[in-house]
Amino acid sequence: MYNFTFHRPTTVRQAAGLLARNPEGKLLAGGHSLLPVMKQRLAQPSALVDLSQVEGMTGVELKGRSVVIGAMTRHADVAKSDVLKEVLPGLASVPGSIGDPQVRNRGTIGGSIANNDPNADYPAACLGLGATIITNKRRIAADDFFTGMFSTALEDGEIIVKVSFPIAKKAAYEKFKHPASGFALVGVFVSKRGPDIRVAVTGAGSNGVFRVKSFEEALKKRFSPKSIEGMTIPASGMNSDIHATPEYRAHLVGVLAKRALAKATA
Amino acid sequence: MAKVSMTVNGKAVTGDVEPRTLLVQFLRENLRLTGTHVGCDTSQCGACVVHIDGIAAKSCTTLAVQCEGQSITTIEGLASPDGKLHPMQEAFRENHGLQCGYCTPGMIMAALDIVRRNGNSLDEHTIREQLDGNICRCTGYHNIVKAIEAGARAMAK
Amino acid sequence: MTANGIGAPVRRKEDFRFITGQGQYTDDVVRPGETRAVFVRSPHAHAKIKKIDVAAAKKMPGVVDVLTGAQLATDKVGNLICGWMIHSKDGSPMKMAPHPALAASTVNHVGDAVAVVIAETTAQGKDAAEKVVVDYEVLPAVVDPAKAQAKGAPQIHADVPNNTIYQWHLGDQKAVEAAFKAAKHVTKLDIVNNRLVPNAMEPRAALADYDAGNDSLTLWNTSQNPHVARLVISAFVGIAPEHKLRVIAPDVGGGFGSKIFIYPEEVVCLWAARKVKRPVKWTSERSEAFLTDAHGRDHITRAELALDSNGKILALRAKTIANLGAYMSTFSSSVPTYLYATLLSGQYDIPQIYCEVDAVYTNTVPVDAYRGAGRPEATFVVERLVEVAARQLGLDPTDLRKRNFIKNFPHQTPVIMAYDAGDYNASLKKAIELADVKNFGKRKRESARHGKLRGIGYSTYIEACGIAPSQAVGSLGAGVGLWESAEVRVNPTGSVEVLTGTHAHGQGHETTFAQLVSERLGIPFESVSIVHGDTDKVQFGMGTYGSRSGAVGMSAIVKALDKIEAKAKKVAGFMMEASENDIEFKDGKFTVKGTDKSVGFGDVALNAYIAHKFTGAELEPGLKETSFYDPTNFTFPAGCHICEVEIDQETGKTEIANWVAVDDFGTVINPMIVEGQVHGGIAQGVGQALLEGAVYDANGQLVTGSLMDYTMPRAHDLPSFHVGLTETKSPSNPLGIKGCGEAGAIAAPAAVINAITDALGTEDIAMPATANAVWQAMQKHPPKAA
Repeated sequence: MYNFTFHRPTTVRQAAGLLARNPEGKLLAGGHSLLPVMKQRLAQPSALVDLSQVEGMTGVELKGRSVVIGAMTRHADVAKSDVLKEVLPGLASVPGSIGDPQVRNRGTIGGSIANNDPNADYPAACLGLGATIITNKRRIAADDFFTGMFSTALEDGEIIVKVSFPIAKKAAYEKFKHPASGFALVGVFVSKRGPDIRVAVTGAGSNGVFRVKSFEEALKKRFSPKSIEGMTIPASGMNSDIHATPEYRAHLVGVLAKRALAKATA
Repeated sequence: MAKVSMTVNGKAVTGDVEPRTLLVQFLRENLRLTGTHVGCDTSQCGACVVHIDGIAAKSCTTLAVQCEGQSITTIEGLASPDGKLHPMQEAFRENHGLQCGYCTPGMIMAALDIVRRNGNSLDEHTIREQLDGNICRCTGYHNIVKAIEAGARAMAK
Repeated sequence: MTANGIGAPVRRKEDFRFITGQGQYTDDVVRPGETRAVFVRSPHAHAKIKKIDVAAAKKMPGVVDVLTGAQLATDKVGNLICGWMIHSKDGSPMKMAPHPALAASTVNHVGDAVAVVIAETTAQGKDAAEKVVVDYEVLPAVVDPAKAQAKGAPQIHADVPNNTIYQWHLGDQKAVEAAFKAAKHVTKLDIVNNRLVPNAMEPRAALADYDAGNDSLTLWNTSQNPHVARLVISAFVGIAPEHKLRVIAPDVGGGFGSKIFIYPEEVVCLWAARKVKRPVKWTSERSEAFLTDAHGRDHITRAELALDSNGKILALRAKTIANLGAYMSTFSSSVPTYLYATLLSGQYDIPQIYCEVDAVYTNTVPVDAYRGAGRPEATFVVERLVEVAARQLGLDPTDLRKRNFIKNFPHQTPVIMAYDAGDYNASLKKAIELADVKNFGKRKRESARHGKLRGIGYSTYIEACGIAPSQAVGSLGAGVGLWESAEVRVNPTGSVEVLTGTHAHGQGHETTFAQLVSERLGIPFESVSIVHGDTDKVQFGMGTYGSRSGAVGMSAIVKALDKIEAKAKKVAGFMMEASENDIEFKDGKFTVKGTDKSVGFGDVALNAYIAHKFTGAELEPGLKETSFYDPTNFTFPAGCHICEVEIDQETGKTEIANWVAVDDFGTVINPMIVEGQVHGGIAQGVGQALLEGAVYDANGQLVTGSLMDYTMPRAHDLPSFHVGLTETKSPSNPLGIKGCGEAGAIAAPAAVINAITDALGTEDIAMPATANAVWQAMQKHPPKAA
């Protein structure tokens, strides 16, 4: 790891100020994406601004017809939230599939979303539920937030404060784990909230998380695995590596979508 | 350099460290608590698992300065001061849950976290799923699973 | 059997320090004034080093020195060597290219070290290592062993044409050809035995300390065989004479073969420690381990089996290309030859066998022994051939095996080995019962109802352990003898230390060896300490690998204990004024035959040291004996593993639904430890079959260079195992032990693949059979509806 200066602000405003003064600095949330990259010397931030002492950035709250999760809420805490399990169990199951127990004990939703790893789980949930990412500056719809591999709509100095998920009546996540890393080789999040039907896929696409419009169209008639029976997505644009061919990833998208639909409608 | 102070195995400790110092380095090199091991560099093997404020974490993916004011428990802090082993330590010995011993401290610390989260009555499936963050190359996990199941039960007594 | 004696599942002595965090692994050892070594490694698979500029690195904070391969050459530090000579079929010796600890002129694999930074801390060392400027001229690389010998393939070493190290063979080629011509049926298979990364959980480490006053060096090292390390580093590398070099292998966190070998890093630490006159420590990181620890397996084989109309095997033929990587590692030449082809008879009476092996250099990490070493590759060839032959002939796979099992012992195979004892039918029968094979059909239908495919696979494996009779291995090219030593020191108070030349890195020798001593001397288990892993304490030893520590190491202890008993009887005779010939020793007591006169072992020990009951002319005081035991034959552990798999047709994911292992290890000292060894071996074998595989791209970059891409078996990848034992004692050592450390890793891959191919109905699947691979196989060969 290269050296850096370390800062522990207690307010979002202080954190933003520190970022402004350290243009090469980075925010440190749970650290479970950033620190491994820094250990490999693939990132060289001049400063780390640790958000762990900033007040008001943790917790899972029911707000009207949404669930609002503080950006610094750890995966384990989201997974065990009773509120969430009751109103949106499909989302509650997502953090429980991330990494491993120790990673879930440290990693945060804000960190995961800001990093937008193409194989991460939360981006699928955000896009699959039509979440709103709330920063210190504005509110960004998930559809506009994830702009490609490791890239988001966040601007310099912008800090995710919370994420708001609309409560969908039906929602579920299915994931096929990468055998070595535990990331999503493919993960599919499906939801139905009134007329808004979403199928979001992580892990498979070479440009990060994406929606499967053809599946969404087909599901408009009936939100059921049967509606997409026999449907596939093209292998072009799928990731290719030693663990999965593009064809296999495309195939898994269909399989997992059906399984997620079965779970969501069970 | 940065000043850091925390409680480790019940004792207050302080150190002057570079901010880039990992918690595991601080424990091993500054405090000479070498029971916590490093088995990989991608946060996967779990040999470095310790408890931070009672919750299992990978000390290879945590900066020492992030632990300012927190309470750390390592494998060295598990047995009672009179030397009596923790039931989970005892269960690993009784069930031959270790061979080379290198992953063992992390396994035991992770096992305690499984009990914290899932209670004292654990089935095999739960244990195997919850051991996702700990790799053992020697045992094939068979006896580790048995040890954790037995250790969890013994902790309820 | 006593509570702590032979056969008892005694809880391990060594565990207390490990479960309390008090183990002492190499990286835990700290010497005053210690520095850290950080290696500068080649990012290229093959390149000329045009220039190395260390000036900027030397100026970095905390840097003590920066050393290069050129300086290593100037200091006349010798090359690393391979210690087993193999001759090609034309009689020419193998072509061993120079392997300097730091490359000076060319680099031959990604990770090849070109310089080392010695710094106050690792972080400072890394900062400085980035400032070392190496000017490379990149050369074309060859990675695939199948392409290494091709015309026009990049030449890796100057004096090794076609990158071919040797072209070796074993067996009677003409007789085999005749047998194949006469055969009613021939089964052919193309097999890739996938390349593996050992990944012991403790990364390798070395700490070298130079004592200028005595001009001597001490090396703490993650080694399975510290004496061999000292011998090679002294005699060939020439860092220090043997008596000026102490090697200590303290607690070692797993080895699986990868810590047998002498590596560049330990040599460089020793050399550097003398240069900078401070201790130098290097601890590998996992990603560094992927690029520097010797890998395992990596064979490409064409195998054929000839059978008559009754399913009787007539002959076996195999042609193998073995990838040895960029340099010849310490024992690499022996693995695809005498540890491989000699086991191609399996458990079967095969009249004729012929095997050809070409060993090749490629621009990859060196390949050497990994758990099983040659024997898993042989077992995979034999057990896949037999299973496929049975399917092709419409025979039950167990039936074909039974028709061909060796039933009479001793049995001379056509490939050197003389099997001395075994009962292959017994382990197969017991395994079939434990696996409830008769209800497999019912389970298969049940799986089908859930849209899953179920398959069952057998592996009736054999291995040669108890490595090894020195004269025999000498005649096959080994540069060393493979006996073992033991020294039994009885203290005046009656406690005992046993110094052994074997080394434990997970095997539990401190417990099993103490069980032997406790039972034999009738003293408490707690009064026995086992000492190993320090060349200053143990006089010499060959270390631990090849499942040899029980069969060879414990036999040496038995021999030393025989001498202890003989001497103690003399002492007891003087104490009780009786002839030593009239003294009987049982349960820790020396009794004068036919009387009730007796003395305890402790009393005898004390008297041996105070020497009041005899004069120096009558008897030497003291009670300490040494033995060097050279085995008379290999041992032949064997058994049957049955694997049942369930495959998700939609995703291709394979679950191990059940595993039964019935092994014949001869005498079992501690069944708890033996079962643990079996579990671990199976896990590594399942890992090879389902999950693990080192993959290089065409440029020689290791694609699976970390645990993010190289799949290690985790708890949820495996089931609990059902383990049983049968027993025929080895007649070749005093305890009847055969060895248990590698069996699981040898047996498992074939059992898994036989089960998967049974489920899929196609033989067209390579290891590792990942979900992706199984799905691809199902696309090519759609499985029939069950």
